[in-house]
Amino acid sequence: MIEAIVSIGFHGLAFAMVLYLISVGLSVTMGLMGFVNLAHGVFAMLGGYVMTRLMNRYGVPFALALPAAAIASALASIPLERVLYRRFYGGEELDQVLLTMGLIFMSVAGATYVWGPLTQHMEPPAWLSGQVDLGFRSFPAYRSFLIVCGAVLVTGLWLGLERTRFGAQIRAAVDNLRMAQSVGINTSRLFMLTFALGSGLAGLGGALGADLLAISPSYAMQYLVYFIIVVAVGGLGSIRGPFVAALLIGVADTGFKYLLPGLGAFFIYALTMVLLLWRPQGLFGRA
Amino acid sequence: MTEAALETRGLSKSFGALSVANGIDFRLEKGARHALIGPNGAGKTSFVNLVTGVLRPSGGTIHLDGADITDLAQSARVKCGLARTFQINALFRRLCVLENVTLAIAEREGVAGVLLRPAGCYRAIIEEAYDLLETLGLADHALQPVNALAYGRQRLVEIAVALGLAPKVLLLDEPAAGIPSGESGIVVSVIERLPADIAMLIIEHDMDLVFRLATTITVLVQGSVLVEGPPEAIAGDRRVREVYLGERAR
Amino acid sequence: MASDPRSAAIDAFARRHRYHRLEAVPWLIAVALYFALPGYLPLGAQIFATILFVLSADLVLGYAGIVTLGQAAFFGTGAYAAGILAANGWGEPLSGLLFASAMAAVVGFLSGLIILRTSGLALLMQTLVVATTLYEAANKASFLTGGDDGLQGMEVWPIFGLFRFDMFGRVAYVYCLVVLFLGWLVARQLVHSPFGRSLTGARENTGRMHAIGAPVAFRRLIVYTISAALAGASGALIAQTTSFVGLTSLSLERSGNALIMLIIGGVGRLYGAFIGVPLFMVAQDRFSEVDPVYWYFWLGLLMVVVVVFARGGVLGLFERFWR
Repeated sequence: MIEAIVSIGFHGLAFAMVLYLISVGLSVTMGLMGFVNLAHGVFAMLGGYVMTRLMNRYGVPFALALPAAAIASALASIPLERVLYRRFYGGEELDQVLLTMGLIFMSVAGATYVWGPLTQHMEPPAWLSGQVDLGFRSFPAYRSFLIVCGAVLVTGLWLGLERTRFGAQIRAAVDNLRMAQSVGINTSRLFMLTFALGSGLAGLGGALGADLLAISPSYAMQYLVYFIIVVAVGGLGSIRGPFVAALLIGVADTGFKYLLPGLGAFFIYALTMVLLLWRPQGLFGRA
Repeated sequence: MTEAALETRGLSKSFGALSVANGIDFRLEKGARHALIGPNGAGKTSFVNLVTGVLRPSGGTIHLDGADITDLAQSARVKCGLARTFQINALFRRLCVLENVTLAIAEREGVAGVLLRPAGCYRAIIEEAYDLLETLGLADHALQPVNALAYGRQRLVEIAVALGLAPKVLLLDEPAAGIPSGESGIVVSVIERLPADIAMLIIEHDMDLVFRLATTITVLVQGSVLVEGPPEAIAGDRRVREVYLGERAR
Repeated sequence: MASDPRSAAIDAFARRHRYHRLEAVPWLIAVALYFALPGYLPLGAQIFATILFVLSADLVLGYAGIVTLGQAAFFGTGAYAAGILAANGWGEPLSGLLFASAMAAVVGFLSGLIILRTSGLALLMQTLVVATTLYEAANKASFLTGGDDGLQGMEVWPIFGLFRFDMFGRVAYVYCLVVLFLGWLVARQLVHSPFGRSLTGARENTGRMHAIGAPVAFRRLIVYTISAALAGASGALIAQTTSFVGLTSLSLERSGNALIMLIIGGVGRLYGAFIGVPLFMVAQDRFSEVDPVYWYFWLGLLMVVVVVFARGGVLGLFERFWR
C-alpha cells in the first residue's frame, strides 16, 4: 500500500514537473498578453524533436541536446510572436483560437513531413539509466533526474520572478499593463522575451518528458487538453497556480492509471469542471 | 407620507477594508428632479450600481415604489421600472440607432424573447422608437450605426434607450460627461423636457447643469450622505464648500 | 407611396428581416445539381449534413458569441444515438433522426446549464472538457459504440418504407437536403426574430443588455440547446447515410474543422456555412487523398491567412466590395 502511494507520488511528481515546465509559459503569456495560444504545445513538441533527433541521428550527448532543445524552441518563437501573434493581443478570442488552431494544423503536417509519422524514441543517456538507490527504495534514475531538474528550474523561475528586475517587470505588466507602460516598461520587448522564455521552457519540458508525452506529429493536438487544463485550473498570469494544478493533474492522472485504469481521464475532467465552476479564474488567477 | 419612487435604507457596501457606501438613507420622490453630487471617489456611481443591481450590497435595503428589490437581479429591477444610463456610453455600437431603442422597447413589452415571428413585424414598437428619437432630435440618424454619430449625440442615444423602457425611475450617470461644454446644451434641454412623472436622479459634476435641472441635491462624501436640500441651501452650505476644497463650482 | 422620412425609415427597418429573393438561390442550385451531377450525390449529401453542422456552430459562435471547441460533442451524440438505434434493431431513419436530435439537445441543455455561467478561457476550456469527456466515454463504452473500430452493423430502413438508401446516394441526397432546409428555416427564423436580435445585442454589449432587462444567460442557454439539436441532427444524417459512426465524430478535429469551414465562409452571417462547407469539402475530396500531409498544411495556412487578412471570410469580402 505504502509502496503504491510512494510509487504514485514519485511518478506523479515527475509527470507534474513535465506538465508544469510546458504550461507555465502558456499561463504567463496568456495572463500577460491576453492571447489564447492553443499552439503552445508546438514548442514543447519542437523541443522534443530537436533533442531526440540530435541524440538519435547525430549522436549528440544528452547534456548538450537538452539545452539545445530549449534554445531552439525559444528562438523559433520569436519570429512567430513578432510577425503574427502581436497583431491579436487583447483582440477577439475567436480570432486567436482560429489562428492558433491553424498553426497546430501546420505543425502536424510540418512535423510529419520533416520527421515522419512515427513516434520518436527517447533513450536516456547511460549515466541516467537504471535505478537510483535511496536506501529504503530505489527509483528510476531518469525520472529522478526529471524531478530534480524540474525542482531546480521551478525554484530558479520563482526566484527570478521575485528577485530580478525582469521578473518585476513581468509581474507589474500582468498586474496592470497600462500602468506598467506609463512607468516606462517597454512592454513590447517584454512580451517578446517572456514569450521566448515560456516557449523555451516548453521546449525543455517537451524534451525532458519525451517518454511521458510521446513525441509525434500530432503532439500539439493530442496534449492540448492537458496544457489548457493546467493553465485554466491554475489561473492565468500566475506561476504558482499552474504548479499546483500540474501537481493535481499529474498525481491524479498517474494514480488513476495505476489504480483504476480507464477512469483516470474522467476524474480529471470532472475535477477540472468542478474547479472551474467554483473558481472560473483558476485557483490562483485574478478575478 | 407617500411612497417614495426609490428609497434606500442603511445601504452599505464594502470591498474588504474599502467601503464605498456607509448606511445610506436616501429618498427619491415621485416626479423628482434630484441630483447626486460629491467629489471624485465619493461613491456616486457605486450607489447607482448598488441600486440597479450591478453590485450586491453588504447591508441595507432598496425599495422601488414601496417594494423591496434588494434581492432582485439587475434585469428584474428593470422590469419593475428602473432604468439607468451609463457614465461611459454603453450602446450597441454596430447596430443602428433605431435598433438600439427597439431592443429596449421590445424588452419592456415582453416580446424580446419571441422566437417564432420576424423582428420586423412589430411595427408599433418600431414606430414608438422612431417617435422617441424624434423627440430627442435623433430621427435623422435613425438608420445609421451608433458608432457613426458624434459622441454628444451618442450620449442622447444612451438616454433614448433608457427612455424606451418607460421607466418610473431614471438614473442618469453623468449625462453630460465627455461632451464639450458648448454641446452639452442639447443634453440639458432634453433632460428638461422629460416627462414630469418620471422620478429622475442625476449624477453630475457640472454644477451649472445641476443647479439648472435639480430641485433637490444630495451631497455624497466617502460613501456617506453629507447634506441634502434645495439648491440654494446646498450652494450656501459651508461644509459643502469645504468638501470641494473651496473650489468655485464650474 | 411612402414619401415622408418617418415612414421610409420605419419601412426600411421593418423590411430587413423579410425573405429576400436571393435566399432561394442555394436551394435552386441544390435541386439543379441533383440532375446535373448524378455522380456526386453521395458527396452532396455529406455536404448538406455538414452545412447543417456548421450552421449550428454559427448560431453559437456568430450569434450567441460563445467561443466553443466542443461543438462536435453534440454532433457525435447525435451520430451515436442514431447509429446505436440502427445497430440494435430500430433502423427507422426519421424517428432515429428525431431521437438523435433530442439526445443532443439534452446534452446541450445540461452542459450549457453547467458551463455557460463562465466566460472567456474558462468557458472555452469547459467546452473542450465536455467534448473530450464524451470522447473518452464513447471510447470506453466499446460494447455500445464499437470503440476505436467504430460502430458496426448499422441497418437503416427505407424512408417511409419506400425510399431505400442506395449506393448512388439519391435518397441520401434528398433526405439530407430536406433536413438541411428544415434546419435552416429554424436557424433563419431564430436569427431574424426579436430573440435573435437580442442575442446580437448581447454580443455587442452584454452589460447594456442586462441594463435593459434582458435575461441574457437564459437566452444563451436556449440558443446553445437549439444549436446542439441541429448539430445532433447533422450527426444523425451522416451516421444514417454512411452507416458508420467513428470516434472522430466527437473529436477536437471535428470541432476544429467546423470552425475552419465557418470562418472561410464568414462568421455570424447565417450563410457562411453555405459557402465555407462546399468549398472546404470539395477541396478536401480533391486533395486530401492525394497527400494528406500537404492538405493539412495548406488548411492550417489558409486558416492563418483568413484570420489575418480576411477575417470576415468570403461573405465579409463581398460586403466590403458592396460598399
